[in-house]
Amino acid sequence: MNNGHTAFLNEVASIPACDKINECVQCGVCSGSCTTAEHWEYTPRKIIAMVRAGMKDEVLNSNSIWYCVSCYLCNARCPRDIKPANIMHALEAIALKGGYKPPTKTTTMYRSFARSIEKNGRIYEFGFMLEYFLKTNPFAALKMLPLALSLLTHKRMPLLPKVVKGTDQLNKMFHNITTGGSR
Amino acid sequence: MRYYAYYPGCSMEATGAPVEKAIHAIAKPLDIELMELEDWTCCGSSPFSGVDKVKAMAITARVLAQAEKTGLDLVTPCSSCYTILREANQLMKEDHKLAWQVHEALVSVGLSYNGTVNIRHIVEVIYNDVGLEALAAKVNRPLTGLKVACYHGCQQVRPDYGFDDSELPDWLDRMAKSLGAEPVYFPLKARCCGSSLVISETDMAVDLIHKLLQNAQENGAQCIVSTTCPLCHTALDAYQSKVNSKFKTKYNLPVLAISQFIAIALGLDFKASALEYNIVSPRKLLAPYFSGKASLAKAESAT
Ligand code: SF4
Ligand code: SF4
Repeated sequence: MNNGHTAFLNEVASIPACDKINECVQCGVCSGSCTTAEHWEYTPRKIIAMVRAGMKDEVLNSNSIWYCVSCYLCNARCPRDIKPANIMHALEAIALKGGYKPPTKTTTMYRSFARSIEKNGRIYEFGFMLEYFLKTNPFAALKMLPLALSLLTHKRMPLLPKVVKGTDQLNKMFHNITTGGSR
Repeated sequence: MRYYAYYPGCSMEATGAPVEKAIHAIAKPLDIELMELEDWTCCGSSPFSGVDKVKAMAITARVLAQAEKTGLDLVTPCSSCYTILREANQLMKEDHKLAWQVHEALVSVGLSYNGTVNIRHIVEVIYNDVGLEALAAKVNRPLTGLKVACYHGCQQVRPDYGFDDSELPDWLDRMAKSLGAEPVYFPLKARCCGSSLVISETDMAVDLIHKLLQNAQENGAQCIVSTTCPLCHTALDAYQSKVNSKFKTKYNLPVLAISQFIAIALGLDFKASALEYNIVSPRKLLAPYFSGKASLAKAESAT
């Protein structure tokens, strides 16, 4: 069976570490543990139920999953080893690829983060933050200025990236994955 | 001397400077040699998993492939790197499709990974390989009477790696104790600081950091001793001013990474313990522990 409902569920379950989503017993331990649950429109437990109910647009248009701070309390405590944190990140990736526009700035932050790796091989913190603020709200950057300056004066914010030879290798590896490998 | 392959992670080149410099300062006295991987790249961290999981695991696998060539245990001080490296290692064993995709990607750049790397957190290495007794025996400047809140953070102990406790860990407390300090009750010691979203959800992260500072102070801590995770350290140290402006508080709690804390106890001076990089200055708090006023004044004039 592969109707609209199960298509979304299967898409999620096919992502590494998300294959046990069907074994969730909806106990709510993840939601009760979640560090940031008060911000989520739908809690982690609800998100899992909604994925299983095929509610793709509702899940991917909500702000919920984007509040996951990867604290792994849910993964550590889940009695069924579902790995809710991994499911939330899998959903983020599906939302980004599907062009969804959930009400959050974290999408932009993730993209700037990924670009920093593609460009520099490593996260170059100053450049990554600068790009993020220019893309979202340059005025918010002004609010961050005192903090950035204190990091700078404490020699914790180099202004130039390091050149890493491995960057080319990373991009070749990405290309290999995007094109489905050598065969 | 024990030898390890060393993966510092991206933040150690910038915001993590205080933690990192102190790690290198204590390595030799603790008889450990950290051999940094050549030409390492980012581990992908959690954000990349929210972009593309297979690519994220491939990024991580490049680090593992490089580490495997050394034949040594791979040690990282960053809890985020640690979690991601462990996860990639495990997932590639469990998920054959993923393992194949990653393998193909590695082969396309002349690398390979056979899944043999043992990934370790530096806190665990100090605890298990160096050991508390040896640590205590090397103390030249006991931190007697100093009340500390030991912050383990989340990804050092979770999901669950079979060492320490994923709910109420106490290895940092034991280390601090063996250096002479007095760990205080600190129930939020493994609560997340929110650093993975501190850029895009600053307000939310500042709320989390506030709770941690409050909990530490309420329980009588004079400073926080944090894990070596540079993200935890920066959140608690650099963002303290943000907490103060949002909550109209006056927190002035120095945050010493355990590497810095060990450096001080071993008898290294202010500068060698990388304390000048801390934004909330520990100078006043530590003054009685550094040998008289003269050496401190010297450290002062050096900045
Ligand atoms: S804790 Fe696990 S089993 Fe319980 S609701 Fe969450 S994911 Fe499902
Ligand atoms: S890992 Fe994410 S979803 Fe799980 S408890 Fe932490 S913040 Fe919530």
